[in-house]
This record gives sequence, structure tokens and C-alpha cells, in this order.
Amino acid sequence: MRSAGARIAGLSLGLHASMAAPHDDQPSELRATAHRRIRNRALTIGVSVVPFGLSFGAVSVETHLSLVQICLLSLVLFSGASQFALVSVISGGGALFSAVGTALLLGTRNGLYAARINALLRPKGWRRIVMVQTTIDETTAMAVAEASNGYAAWAFWATALSVYVLWNLSTIVGALAGNALGSPASTGLDVAGPAAFVALLAPRLTGARMRLTALASGAIALATVPFVPVGAPILLGGLLGVALLLAFSR
Amino acid sequence: MRLWIAVIVASAGCAVLKLAGYVVPARFLESAIAKRVLEALPVTLLSSLIAVSTFATGSHLLLDSRGAGLAVAFVLVAIRAPFLVVVVGACVTAAGVHALYP
Repeated sequence: MRSAGARIAGLSLGLHASMAAPHDDQPSELRATAHRRIRNRALTIGVSVVPFGLSFGAVSVETHLSLVQICLLSLVLFSGASQFALVSVISGGGALFSAVGTALLLGTRNGLYAARINALLRPKGWRRIVMVQTTIDETTAMAVAEASNGYAAWAFWATALSVYVLWNLSTIVGALAGNALGSPASTGLDVAGPAAFVALLAPRLTGARMRLTALASGAIALATVPFVPVGAPILLGGLLGVALLLAFSR
Repeated sequence: MRLWIAVIVASAGCAVLKLAGYVVPARFLESAIAKRVLEALPVTLLSSLIAVSTFATGSHLLLDSRGAGLAVAFVLVAIRAPFLVVVVGACVTAAGVHALYP
């Protein structure tokens, strides 16, 4: 799902080797090679979130969020799926409760990531505060992947910086571009959310059970649309889907 | 004002969820049932979001240009197209269908 291969030449992350404390016993050349590999990978991941940030910015404008509100979401909430879900439910006319509830439930997985990162890196002081803010899919995946090499911390920070900067930049550009576009239906922007969600969903459909769960959730959500307040079907589909999975996986 | 509340509550709530992972004992979050729920939630919520934001307008079910866009998104994801291609492909398709059948 990543627009892989893209690497911005000349865009320096400004990290230096001194940031990685352990591994003083290893030859410096090996360490330099590992750092370069991780830096390139972090940049690639950062670049891969740009299209998502652009779409988020553009769709948010259509929802009548102000530029400040859109930027605050990317700066503070900083979790793509939750941000996009919030905006999606609001633009569909959903109640505040449903919009925020969906965003929060999507954000629960970050708690799981945080537990993994905490066990792996044991951050203290200001590092911990910054780590809390930047604990997301990308940083966790990179830190876990590099853990066996002993570069988990370096991988986390490089990815956090790269994704944070590029996510926020692409959000602003997307919002400004969205302002210049026309109505959501005539530009097709009304399907940008669903398309982005399909791309986010696909890698999570591991096995037949997850696929069935996904189908059931979508069906439940649609079936409840005429009967409950706007926005609530998403919460119902999400929660009942999980309940079904638990009931059938005993 | 309504939008501000949504922005602030969602941002604060998501920060608390991240913080919880650093504070709550790991054995609680790593328990089999918690793990299963936390891993399934994105799947069920994303598919509900896809279904509702494509086939519903307010409280009505509706098949329109968004359905065509979604179908194209599925195909593009299946052939492992990059994210930008998926989103732009879906949008261009939906816009095209909307122009033909407004």
C-alpha cells in the first residue's frame, strides 16, 4: 500500500549518529551503514504518507473545518485513520458523539503500540512525552523491525521525525489545494475517504475470518442506516463486528 | 463551535489512548482478548466507514457515482497500486460517472 521507492534526494532529516547511544562496541562503519539504511527507510515511509495527508487536507476543507482546525488535527491528534474518520463522519452529517467515538475507537490500537514501544525502549522524561505523541503504525513497525538489530530507538525517532514533518506539510498543501477545488461530488472527492479506507483496510485483512468480519461489519452498518441517527451506524458496525468475531472465535 | 469541540475532544482522547499504553501494565494490553479486540477494531470500523460513506446519504441508502469510485478503488488496491493512484483513480471515476449521470 506504500508508494514505495520514492526517496527525496537532498532532504536531510538532520539526525546524527550521536543520537544512537548503544552499539559503541561495534565498528563505526557498520553503524553508519545501518543508520543510512534506517534513514532511507524512514524517508520512504514519510514520503508514502504524503498522498494520504494531501487527501486528508483536501477532504477536510470540504467538511468546512478551518485551516487552523485541520492543522491542529495533524499536529496534535496525529493519527491518519482517526483524523480521516472524524472528518468523514462529520461530512456525512453525523453527530459529534459518533464522529469523536469513531476516531477514538480507531485510536485504541495506538495504545497497544505504546505498550510495545514502552517494553522495547523504556523512554524517560521528555523523550517519553514526544514518544507518546508519535506512537503510530509507522513508528511502531519500524522500531519493532529494527529491534533485533539493536537500532529500535534510532528507527523510531527517524521515522517519527520523517512522518511528522511530511504528514503536516502534506496536510497544509492538501487543504490549500482543496480550497481551490469545486464541490465534492463533481470532483469525486466524496469518494476519497472510502478509497483511502480501502487502502488502509486491505493489509489488515489477514485471513478468511478477518475478511468475513469486515463484510459483516459493513453489512450491519448499512442495515442500520435508515433506523438510527446519522453517524451511529459506523459505531454499531464497528462494535457489533468485533462482538461477532469474539462470539465466533471461541 | 461544534467543530472545535470535535477537534479538541478527539485530539485529547487519542493522546490519552497513546499515553495509556505507556502507563497501563503491559500484561493487561497484551492479554489475548484485549489484543484480539484492538486488532479487530480498525477492520470493523474501517469497513463500516467504507460502507456508510459510499452507500448512504444521511439516513438513506443510495447507489450513486461513489459506488463506481469504490469499485475502482477495490480493483486498484487488489493490483497493489500506490495509495495516490487508488485515491485519484477512485475520485476521477466518481467524478466521471457524476458528470455523465448527475
